Amino acid sequence: MLNPFSLAGKAILVTGASSGIGRAIAVSCSQMGATLIITGRNETRLSETYSMLEGDNHQQIPADLTNVTELDTLVERLPKLDGLVNNAGIAKPLVLQLTETEDVNEVLQINALVPIHLTRLVLQKKKLNKGASLVYISSINGNNCAYIGSSIYAASKSALTGFMKGVALELAPRGIRANCINPGMIESDLLKSGSIGQEELEKDRLKYPLKRYGKPEEVAYAAVYLLSDATQWITGSNLLIDGGYTLQ
Amino acid sequence: MDATEFIKNFAAQFDDTDASEFTLETRFRELDEWSSLNALAILNMIGKKYSVFLKPDEMKPTNTIQELFDLVNSKIS
Repeated sequence: MLNPFSLAGKAILVTGASSGIGRAIAVSCSQMGATLIITGRNETRLSETYSMLEGDNHQQIPADLTNVTELDTLVERLPKLDGLVNNAGIAKPLVLQLTETEDVNEVLQINALVPIHLTRLVLQKKKLNKGASLVYISSINGNNCAYIGSSIYAASKSALTGFMKGVALELAPRGIRANCINPGMIESDLLKSGSIGQEELEKDRLKYPLKRYGKPEEVAYAAVYLLSDATQWITGSNLLIDGGYTLQ
Repeated sequence: MDATEFIKNFAAQFDDTDASEFTLETRFRELDEWSSLNALAILNMIGKKYSVFLKPDEMKPTNTIQELFDLVNSKIS
């Protein structure tokens, strides 16, 4: 039976695969038949993700991509890719008044510079097959709206969106596509960490017309869609997944 | 941890409330200027100045600067 969303025969790299959205993307891609290369900073949690993957021949490569040497080593070890999901990111609630240079650098580096350098390197080292799909996990924050205490995060995510557009245009002649997914708030380890109060979270959930936050797998399904051959004519787009939040 | 310094750091997160209005007895949630932005700024200030990373739910039961000061102090010692 024809399945336009199948990822069979595709090699896909997922960053930030040790938890949350990245883990869900890796697992969903494996269920759709892809061969995964997963990377993340936390070795233990990365191997937990690895053990959840369906099928064979997957690889796990623990790496801190903010470290130039580790980033280069990762790229050297990669097979030719049909898909790259730039998912690794951090959020750090911080009012601008108390934001210091290191805070700005940390957020911009992980959320924007790492995906930029990784994309540049896989291109320069000829690790992308023709027709490959590049997916960037951006956010509604910075693209569709903003929040108190997240101006640097917003800057990093809209930087990613701008970068994606340039890449989409530049790589179109090779049939390589680039797209962003802009999720609203997703139930993840970040929320469980307690950095946002439970009462605030409850109130915030109700601001979503669909009355809940998203699930990691709901972002994963969007990634599967953009990685699959079903979207061979979609490039430079921002796929909004926000339970209707930005309608209001 | 010095209480006067703590009050000064606390007051610095407000724009419209005069610094002289802040004492250990101040019920900060009742200030006209109080908002979720101040709450986040206070948490950030405590993290930056005292390396104590309170969760919002930990700060919630505190109402006076003294109570918050004691909470932060308990995390340091």
